[in-house]
Amino acid sequence: MAGGPVAALLPDGRRLHLQHGPIDLVIEAFGAPDEIAAAYRQAVARFADILPTLVAELPALRTPLAEPRWQPEGPVARRMVAACWPYRDRLVTPMAAVAGAVADEMIAALVGGRTLSRAYVNNGGDIAIYLAPGEELRLGVVGDIDNPSIDTTARLTAALPIRGIATSGWSGRSFSLGIADAVTVLADDAAAADAAATMIANATAIDHPAIARAPASTIELDSDLGDRLVTVSVGALDARSIEEALGQGAAEADRLRRAGLVTGAVLVLKRRYRVVGTVPAALDNGGER
Amino acid sequence: MNDITEGGGKADGIITCDACPVLCRIRPEKTGACDRYGNSAGVLVRMDPLVVTQRAVDDKGAVVPFLEAAERWDGSLVRPDAPVFVTGIGATTTYPDYKPAPFIVASRHDGVDMVTVVSEGVFSYCGVKVKIDTDRYIGPEPAAVRVDGEQIGHVTTAEYGSQMLALGGVRHLTGGSKKEGTVTCAALLALCNKEAVEMTIDDGATIVVQAGKPPIINGVQEARMRVGCGSATLGIFAPQWHGHVDEVIVVDDHITGVLTEHQAGRFLDMPHAGIRVRGRKSTPGRYFQVAEPGSGWGGTDVKDPLTIVERIDTKTAWPGLRLLMVSTTGEDSAFFVLDDQLKPKPAAMPDPIRLVVDRIGENCEPALCTVLFMGGAGGSLRAGVTVNPVRLTRSIKHLRTRVTVGGAPVYVWPGGGITVMVDVTRLPDRAFGYVPTPALVAPIEFTLPYQDYVELGGYTDRMKRIEEVLQMPRAKPSAWRPDNPWPFDRSAALA
Repeated sequence: MAGGPVAALLPDGRRLHLQHGPIDLVIEAFGAPDEIAAAYRQAVARFADILPTLVAELPALRTPLAEPRWQPEGPVARRMVAACWPYRDRLVTPMAAVAGAVADEMIAALVGGRTLSRAYVNNGGDIAIYLAPGEELRLGVVGDIDNPSIDTTARLTAALPIRGIATSGWSGRSFSLGIADAVTVLADDAAAADAAATMIANATAIDHPAIARAPASTIELDSDLGDRLVTVSVGALDARSIEEALGQGAAEADRLRRAGLVTGAVLVLKRRYRVVGTVPAALDNGGER
Repeated sequence: MNDITEGGGKADGIITCDACPVLCRIRPEKTGACDRYGNSAGVLVRMDPLVVTQRAVDDKGAVVPFLEAAERWDGSLVRPDAPVFVTGIGATTTYPDYKPAPFIVASRHDGVDMVTVVSEGVFSYCGVKVKIDTDRYIGPEPAAVRVDGEQIGHVTTAEYGSQMLALGGVRHLTGGSKKEGTVTCAALLALCNKEAVEMTIDDGATIVVQAGKPPIINGVQEARMRVGCGSATLGIFAPQWHGHVDEVIVVDDHITGVLTEHQAGRFLDMPHAGIRVRGRKSTPGRYFQVAEPGSGWGGTDVKDPLTIVERIDTKTAWPGLRLLMVSTTGEDSAFFVLDDQLKPKPAAMPDPIRLVVDRIGENCEPALCTVLFMGGAGGSLRAGVTVNPVRLTRSIKHLRTRVTVGGAPVYVWPGGGITVMVDVTRLPDRAFGYVPTPALVAPIEFTLPYQDYVELGGYTDRMKRIEEVLQMPRAKPSAWRPDNPWPFDRSAALA
């Protein structure tokens, strides 16, 4: 059975696609062609080792964080622990930041020693970004994970302290305790954004007959969430319930922003959304879409 | 079997995926962390990537080398400017199809917005028709065809130069025992995925069938399909033998031809040679049943051709008479000269005769097995295309909607339903899958003009632009087969 890492250029001939097991990266670098080619070679070389090293510490990474702070061997695992450590009182495991941490590790490998204007590593929606001074990146924002389309675009400039974007929601690849369709978080790096998105999405949990939950382990046996109830479906909700869930999430996002853990967040539920903190211009137009 | 391996640890139906180092333990009917591999009834199954085929054309419309830059990366490239068609392979299914099909793709071809509804259909009603190019006897009609002792189908009516099998169908898939269904499904899956399957025929042969490959009958690989029946062989080659030989007997299980009695010999004013063959005379020079069916000369059980000679008429034959006996493929041949007692004596075949014997072989087409997948898409699968399924059926019947299976052209049976047949060799490799029902999973695409799709009640709100589909990480490019008509061609859609 084919189990090794795979590298390919995507159909546009510009973006690099790396995949190994559950890790699925779409990478793009901008700059002189030979610099891009060299950057992609660096990324491919670094990628081979990412998953095996992670797997070596997987049992510990699936264990909730607690004092004293554990220092893993692997560089990605270290990023995971660092990003999740602020949330150690909430029974969180480092897995909450795995996608973002991989993106951060890979963008470092991609841009190291290269002259690029900008670059990104998109790990299934958790994105690490590199911007040279004065550069900017256009972001497409998807509101409904079930019906993915670009709802709006935003400009991320180098001056903003944002190099990581992550999205979490109950219908995404990872489980959520909450009911938000999508919580997109902007933070210093992708691992921080990933962990925070998970926490904010979890805070959108309310009780409602239209919401079905099941123990995570009944869906994914080795889930780091164990027997905790995760959302498996969200039916029709009244406006009051939607506002309640979004309000809880927004309050959590604001706490994290004030603690310096995130720059901003956008919460989407049933085509309504809330914006918290600093988000690039086009995102910040509030209210109902 | 195709892309299926036994996972470890069967307790509670949980299997351990060994596709990557994560080694996910996967519960029944769930997928691993990657969503690429899943547990289907205790078996680890690959959720295949979506195959996107692309027609490579240059400015003049000619086919150009495909993926020429692919060496630069381990994966492959699709040229961004070439037309693209999304196949149903790996599209996944929404069985029982009450949701819109997984991909409803809109693209612009020749200035017309075309919509392709792409799905993988679960075909509970399906089977394969196998054509085996051989005159060798494989068994009586309608003998049971078995794999692992289970009946998966039967020998059906023989056709031109070919033996036919009808395999699968709903009665063997779900109408018999569980094992019969499982074995039938596995055999159909292997045949459709162009793999070899050994089968035994009650009171007949053991055969190995593989689409696009020569059949192997009782351990002997067939090489050629006969040029024609014994009578037709005479009709084709008689003028070329004339003057070099006094009699030609073409040994054939169906119709053995005797040249000087045959119309072809009469036409050349050849005198009767007086060599009478066994069997039942049909018309002059044409004999049925000169021997039993078998794996000898021309599909008979004949090993020594002289055994079919009943007698030699001493009043008509003459010493020195030159007799050629040959099979309908030219694979078996012998040359005799009658001695003074009018006994046939083996002799060296003169070159002008050998030339024509060789020409029989040259004119035989290679013997192949042809596997046609046949399935009914007239049921709930249609609901994934439109809210008003009968309109899809009518649109297909009126040739507005083009149906393809993995991009390959299909024959749509007239009459009720959407029953299609497709040559499996025209699909990309491993295009078929299965579900434990048991039933086959086959890609299927419906292509029609956008306006027609709106009119027949299509899910226009679920439509994706082709550019979006191409951006999906699991979109896997593959070259368009130049021998398959391009589904977007208006002329092809109306063909």
